[in-house]
Amino acid sequence: MRRFTWFNTISLTLGFAFLYIPILILVIYSFNASKLVTVWAGFSTQWYGELLRNEAFLDAAWVTLKVAVISSTIATVLGTMAAFVLVRSGRFFGRTLFSGMIYAPLVMPEVITGLSLLLLFIAIGLERGVFTIVLAHATFSMCYVSVVVSSRMASFDESLEEAAYDLGCTGWDAFKSVTLPIIAPAVISGWLLAFTLSLDDLVIASFTSGPSSTTLPIKIYSSVRLGVSPEINALSTIIIGLVTVGVLVASVTSKRAIALQRQQERNAGS
Amino acid sequence: MNATAAPAVFAPWTEPDAVPLIHLNGVTKEFGSFTAIDNIELEIFPREFFALLGPSGCGKTTIMRMLAGFEDPTRGTITIDGKNMAGVPANKRAVNMMFQSYALFPHLTVADNLAFGLKRSPMPKSEIKGRVDEMLRLVQLTKFASRKPHQLSGGQRQRVALARALAKAPKLLLLDEPLGALDKKLRQETQFELMDIQEKTGTTFVIVTHDQEEAMTVASRIAVMDEGRLKQVATPDRIYESPNSVYVADFIGDVNIIEGSVSLVDGEKAELQWAEGARPIRAMSGQGISPSDRAAFVVRPEKVAIATTEPSDMHNRVQGTVEDIAYLGNMSTYHVRLADGTLVKAQAANNRRISRRGITWYDTVWLSWTDTAGLILSN
Repeated sequence: MRRFTWFNTISLTLGFAFLYIPILILVIYSFNASKLVTVWAGFSTQWYGELLRNEAFLDAAWVTLKVAVISSTIATVLGTMAAFVLVRSGRFFGRTLFSGMIYAPLVMPEVITGLSLLLLFIAIGLERGVFTIVLAHATFSMCYVSVVVSSRMASFDESLEEAAYDLGCTGWDAFKSVTLPIIAPAVISGWLLAFTLSLDDLVIASFTSGPSSTTLPIKIYSSVRLGVSPEINALSTIIIGLVTVGVLVASVTSKRAIALQRQQERNAGS
Repeated sequence: MNATAAPAVFAPWTEPDAVPLIHLNGVTKEFGSFTAIDNIELEIFPREFFALLGPSGCGKTTIMRMLAGFEDPTRGTITIDGKNMAGVPANKRAVNMMFQSYALFPHLTVADNLAFGLKRSPMPKSEIKGRVDEMLRLVQLTKFASRKPHQLSGGQRQRVALARALAKAPKLLLLDEPLGALDKKLRQETQFELMDIQEKTGTTFVIVTHDQEEAMTVASRIAVMDEGRLKQVATPDRIYESPNSVYVADFIGDVNIIEGSVSLVDGEKAELQWAEGARPIRAMSGQGISPSDRAAFVVRPEKVAIATTEPSDMHNRVQGTVEDIAYLGNMSTYHVRLADGTLVKAQAANNRRISRRGITWYDTVWLSWTDTAGLILSN
């Protein structure tokens, strides 16, 4: 049994402090009564109230949410399809090229992705707005979904699908009633990942957004350049809260799914 | 015993006008340059329990997958119940399969697993529940209807897989190593359960296995396969008693093989010259041997008698030294080294206490067997 020695305790404290003290300060100052960010003048929730009356922020939040939901859904559908092809089709002509191209956005600098998308949209005369941000986000988050789903697909017992055909399923029916329910945890975590990526993307969104469609990260970034207001602190606190809840939910569901799978494998082995 | 109505022996393969359920006509399957199945001709009759037996990679699973519709033959035709199966996909065949991994749907309960195929059949919705209950009773799992597969033991899951495959009342049930994942004792119980269920439902079963004991126990006929070819198709007793090749003899059960050259063929009898100066072995002649051919004499260990005194009334008798004794409880196997170095195994029932056993290590003993105990087969 390992114990907490003083060395371990200090390392842990320092590590956590390094990671979370800035965030903690931000959260604390979001409840500051003073307009000055660095001077504490008592507890107040006024900045949250003010935030709710700030239409520009609310609009940006709405755009961000819309973009995140739509783009992560598109990315999940396309990413799952790509994962299927990569895991199931065996060797086909151009397979290496195909998988390389799917995973390229993982390592591509965001600036390059954003710039090239911008050039594309200009070249084909597409007016920039919510639609172009959705396209851009779906493009770069699809590869993340594909990575998550294909790792689950690799351990999928194909005889389950054959059993479905054997019992009278057509291809689509077998996918819908057998494959999809079994890989669902991976698909859901892929979606959550894409959603989070889209939610906090600044670089690609700033290349592909138009004047009418500002996302929240762009809005925050531009207003911070004019000075940090306590409203931003309040907004950030809300976002931190949402992300924390999301991460917790995702990790609990995937942990449960893994535990269930382990149990099944244990039983299958006995 | 009632003398008037002797029960008819189930042997449709001996009846000239019996109509086979399955007919494989010159079926060949190639994967690239590898020939998995080489020009196979096979008939399987309704209500048969047919076993495809062979080592892994012999093509038995490929035959099963072609019957199920997961693979198409490269050449030749497969006919099931009079219909050519070319181009008929797996979901349109009156054939169901029980998978080696069971392939139970982990997200569905036992009852939903059983109903899965029925929901995709023309059966009216109102009758599905009744059919599911009937199948649950058949495999004695009524109490487990609402459990998920991972909450069941290995034996229970095996029964769910069987019930699911039988639920649609297929004309043909394919079983891919159905008992491979069970421990030995459970496997033996389940073999009898399988035979029982096969008889009750009257379904034709085709089982794929590499376990010769399992095939011998359950099957009405066995096809022994090797490298994509059928070596022999016959009833278990024929396969055991009169194998048509050394391969089949060696694959099924324990066997002594003594090689030599044929010195005499006289109808059903033949003699094999096997060692310089030794008396030729007299045995039944296998197919297609003629004098001076290279051939092998095969005899089962239990048909070789062991004695300390010379059995001078037997033609086939040889002398050797006991090298090893394998005590199996109900019987012992003696490994006897002959003068020319050949090792012959003899089996004797232990109907006496071990302390009274007359033969021990390094004893000189006589082995003997009758003229009809073994076979001389071409090599």
